[in-house]
Amino acid sequence: MNILICNGRVIDPANRSDTVQDIHVGGGKILALGRAPDGFKAERTIDASGLVVAPGFIDLAARLREPGFEYRATLESEMEAAMAGGVTSLAIPPDTDPALDEPGLVEMLTYRAKKLNRAHIYPVGALTIGLKGERLSEMAELVEAGCVAFSQANVPIIDNTVLMRALQYAATFDYRVWLQPIAPFLGRGGNAHDGEVATRMGLAGIPVATETIALYTYLELAKITGARLHITRLSSAAGLALIKQARADGMDVSCDVSINHVHLSDMDIGYFNPNCHLIPPLRSQRDREALSKGLAEGSINALCSDHTPVDDDGKQAPFSEAEPGATGLELLLPLTLKWAEREGVSLMDALARITSDAARIVGITKAGHLSPGARADICVFDPAEHVTITRENLKSQGKNTPFLGLDLPGKVRYTLVEGQVMFDG
Amino acid sequence: MRNPQLNTHGELQHLLTLDGLPRDILTAILDTAAPFTEVAEREVKKLPLMRGKSVFNLFFENSTRTRTTFEIAAKRLSADVVNLNINTSSAAKGESLLDTVDNLCAMQADMFVVRHAASGAPMLIAQHLQQTGRDHIRVINAGDGRHAHPTQGLLDMYTIRHFKRDFTNLTVAIVGDVLHSRVARSQIAALTTLGVPEVRVIGPKTLLPTEVEKLGVRVFHDMSEGLKGVDVVMMLRLQNERMTGALLPTPQEYYKIWGLTADKLALAKPDAIVMHPGPMNRGVEIDSAVADGAQAVILPQVTFGIAVRMAVMSMLGSH
Repeated sequence: MNILICNGRVIDPANRSDTVQDIHVGGGKILALGRAPDGFKAERTIDASGLVVAPGFIDLAARLREPGFEYRATLESEMEAAMAGGVTSLAIPPDTDPALDEPGLVEMLTYRAKKLNRAHIYPVGALTIGLKGERLSEMAELVEAGCVAFSQANVPIIDNTVLMRALQYAATFDYRVWLQPIAPFLGRGGNAHDGEVATRMGLAGIPVATETIALYTYLELAKITGARLHITRLSSAAGLALIKQARADGMDVSCDVSINHVHLSDMDIGYFNPNCHLIPPLRSQRDREALSKGLAEGSINALCSDHTPVDDDGKQAPFSEAEPGATGLELLLPLTLKWAEREGVSLMDALARITSDAARIVGITKAGHLSPGARADICVFDPAEHVTITRENLKSQGKNTPFLGLDLPGKVRYTLVEGQVMFDG
Repeated sequence: MRNPQLNTHGELQHLLTLDGLPRDILTAILDTAAPFTEVAEREVKKLPLMRGKSVFNLFFENSTRTRTTFEIAAKRLSADVVNLNINTSSAAKGESLLDTVDNLCAMQADMFVVRHAASGAPMLIAQHLQQTGRDHIRVINAGDGRHAHPTQGLLDMYTIRHFKRDFTNLTVAIVGDVLHSRVARSQIAALTTLGVPEVRVIGPKTLLPTEVEKLGVRVFHDMSEGLKGVDVVMMLRLQNERMTGALLPTPQEYYKIWGLTADKLALAKPDAIVMHPGPMNRGVEIDSAVADGAQAVILPQVTFGIAVRMAVMSMLGSH
């Protein structure tokens, strides 16, 4: 179907372009910007006057909860959430049950996602079998099945020999390895940032050192092995400083942060709000500011939702016993805009963090930008209109977010995937 | 965010923590407790203040003495008391906490006295009752994780006021395992709110929580320095499982350095009082000579505890 998106403010961070112009879509691809290609006849016209037209968003961490946790969410429910959030490409962490450590599982997931015909998925394979940190997964086979990188999700490898071997093996093929900086044992049993708030509330603390010690280890092993390292979900100023230092020493390492950690600190736990029980923990105000600034200056490469739907039974428990995680797909755009507003970041740079910059980390080339020939994954949104985050409004099966009740900027109007309108709000 | 233990008029609706509780409410509870101490001396030890009310002692963690004092307090107020000991381990989870609460609500509970191993559990129950339109049911925290033990904190304040009269010229030292202690947190909150000019904590670094000084206390690691000139010494219990391992090498070394002996107590003011929330480990955190000595007020603490719990129950039950 040929679609004309007219009069929108087209922001394409990859091409550093921000102009009011028309976009012509056909055959699942972007055909042309500005003037219509010869013989183009639109079967549908979307009037984007006053709206922003951007590449569909790329999320570096979206847990769809399949296989294994279907009681928390399903592919169906979370794909609807992705569409409502304008998110058209999802990197899927391997911490499903069973973990994504077998080509068959990855193929099944990809097949199910294709059949639903919503967002594109990019599975991140398990670095070790069952994420147990003992035996390497069949990385080459997993890549053939569709994996774009390998990770341990938030389960650290205890044995550094195994970690080094895993990095070496991945480096053999130049595969990307995404690691979350969590040192084993340190902060074990903890569930909040080790600081004044945890002390006051009597919550067991997770020190910042659990992040920095893991980073020292990962960076050192990446140096030895030559692995392509991406650090996921930074939580502290000290962690960010280590990454900056490694880059200054000539290392090529990327990193991301979640929408929760650029907006919230441990103070937001308030009266034991279980929706603020997250991994990594929300840290101090000073850490939050450093992460927010780091993302603005680009030393943190990308922003992600870290989408983790949890059912009500999992959250309606005392803070330490509540399942960690927050739903996020539908909050990615609003919280990106709110962050940009606060930091004085241009709309183009803000959108880059959830489109072109994220695309580079996943290795997506045919999306994340609006060049002619690109896959027509597009989000049309109203940056001025506010949305209220309520249980009823969320399409995700997980209603767990610290932002419940908040009024946030950014209403998604249309989401196109491969040239098809999959969401029309 | 409204403090979940106060109603919209700023009155006490539940007692969940002493942290953030206004001074006048703290004082009101202590004032209310005073006449209740006399009830125990009467031949008929009962008052009709909570006649017809059902108090559920909901203990998810073992306790004999706290549960007993709550039970005595409720019975002296003529309430009906139901004791529930619910042993939960995270390994074998049965009914969820809120399902249990819903079931007991259906049995027409008027008040829950809750002890739970997880910090914040009583607050979760109070919030749940409010969200489900049952905020006529009161919740009293009888100790949650490391978070708070407000009635213990209050009975300690009652004891200090009884023996020292005025809070505003005192130096108080809290000694021992502050890290794992809900009692210490409630004591610190109450002492600072009531205007005690100097609250000290004394212990090894392994047993003091991160940034504890931000709670308004002075940190000491040395007993002799920390006890110098204090009016009140509040000892904390050291749990058996923490005496050996990564927190402390041995109970012997702990006793040698941080155990309260007559020699160390001599550094405090001559009229200093010694308190302990019980149960005591004699020869670990406190020497018997001190525990049974003239300066110890450990048994009066227990007696006052019943009066203070009666005060809290009657104040919450009469709204």
